[in-house]
Amino acid sequence: MLAIAMAMAAALTTACKPPPPSRHDPDAAAVARGRELVRQTGCGACHAFPDIAWPQGRAGPSLVTFDEHGPIAGVLPNTPANLAAFVRDAPVAKPGSPMPAMPLSPREASDVAAYLHGLADD
Amino acid sequence: MIDAADAFDVWWGWPPPVLDPAGPYAHSVTVLAWALFALGVIVTAIVALAVFVAVAGPPRWKARLGGEKAILILGVGFPAVVLTGLLVWGLTLTASLTDPITGREPRIRVTAHMWWWDVEYLDAAGRVVRRDANELHLPVGRPVVLELGSADVIHSFWVPNLSGKEDMIPGRTNLLKVQADRPGRFGGICAEYCGGPHALMGYVTVAHLPADYDRWLAGGNVSSGPANPQHVPGAMPASARRTPAGQGTADPKAAPQDGEALFVAHGCAACHRVAGTQANGLAGPDLTHVGSRLTLGAGILPNNRGTLQGWITDAQALKPGNRMPAYGNIPAADIAAIALWLEAQE
Repeated sequence: MLAIAMAMAAALTTACKPPPPSRHDPDAAAVARGRELVRQTGCGACHAFPDIAWPQGRAGPSLVTFDEHGPIAGVLPNTPANLAAFVRDAPVAKPGSPMPAMPLSPREASDVAAYLHGLADD
Repeated sequence: MIDAADAFDVWWGWPPPVLDPAGPYAHSVTVLAWALFALGVIVTAIVALAVFVAVAGPPRWKARLGGEKAILILGVGFPAVVLTGLLVWGLTLTASLTDPITGREPRIRVTAHMWWWDVEYLDAAGRVVRRDANELHLPVGRPVVLELGSADVIHSFWVPNLSGKEDMIPGRTNLLKVQADRPGRFGGICAEYCGGPHALMGYVTVAHLPADYDRWLAGGNVSSGPANPQHVPGAMPASARRTPAGQGTADPKAAPQDGEALFVAHGCAACHRVAGTQANGLAGPDLTHVGSRLTLGAGILPNNRGTLQGWITDAQALKPGNRMPAYGNIPAADIAAIALWLEAQE
């Protein structure tokens, strides 16, 4: 009996793949790492963020209301994967983007995406 | 509201590392500071004890405390000995901070401007061998003489890990000896209010092993440590390659991706110098080695493609009141090409 239950539990946990990361419920640890990366990389040189007092650059769009943004840079579906690809290498993700490639590893870029999706200005 | 903690956090943390000396000229001062602090604690304890005895002590102790002997010992002898000792210690220490310059030390001329630092490395004959800005490179383990001056108002040179503050006064050269005893990066900041964005006037001091320092001075590229590398993924686009001197075209329409031509055409060269090109302006920081610097905007932003574009586009948003105007009128593609070209100027 116990063996059957354990087998079933094992089957259940392996059968269900974890859901793809969602923009609506980013991982809190990733959000915190992403915020630190945003500060260290100097994203504020072009963008304003609601919880970063300085710098608040004006070269790029303000991200204070990012939680209300639609498609990334107006064209890409606003998914964590797309956002991570865009913040790391915007000219490849969206040809013609004036935003340059940024010094982030793919893992760091997904942390930054989690931070951005976790932003709420209200 | 700009918080200095935000501006310098990447390099320093906040407050400044005044209790973390990295060289002899900072170490002796730190020891004295701790000694003063300890003495202060001891004296305060003695006074508190005396007050307690005077108010609530047994009558025999009260009488002793009020006696002539106690007043002579505690009131005259103790302060005279302690203060004389501290005076001698303090004066000899101050003298050792300015101990004679032999003339064999490497010399670096640092000239403060509102609100950035011009840095010139001099050879034995006093000729400039390398010109840079907002960054100070030192060899580890030997004293270096800084010739400190100012181009406009009074500023003050301060690297908390290495030395005390030294004023930078227009029309005057103040000499300061500094020495780093371990390789590393040490933040510096202007320590005398000099108007507007004074709080955003910083720099990074990089202490190299002697061999690395010689290589760096000769124009070589030396890694300045693993902290916070600003590495951009992917290969550099061809437009970022440096055009050999004299081969750049001055017409931006002929070669829209030529960062050097755009740099000249948009007027950047009126204020900035890039050795080996037409750009020969002296009003702003020398950009000959800007691509190898750790920071932008005088020590306040990490140096990467993004911050470079953001700085060129609207430096006033990042460092309000600084003398570089916002260039929102230049097309974003041109700014991107200029930033790529500058990034290659190492």
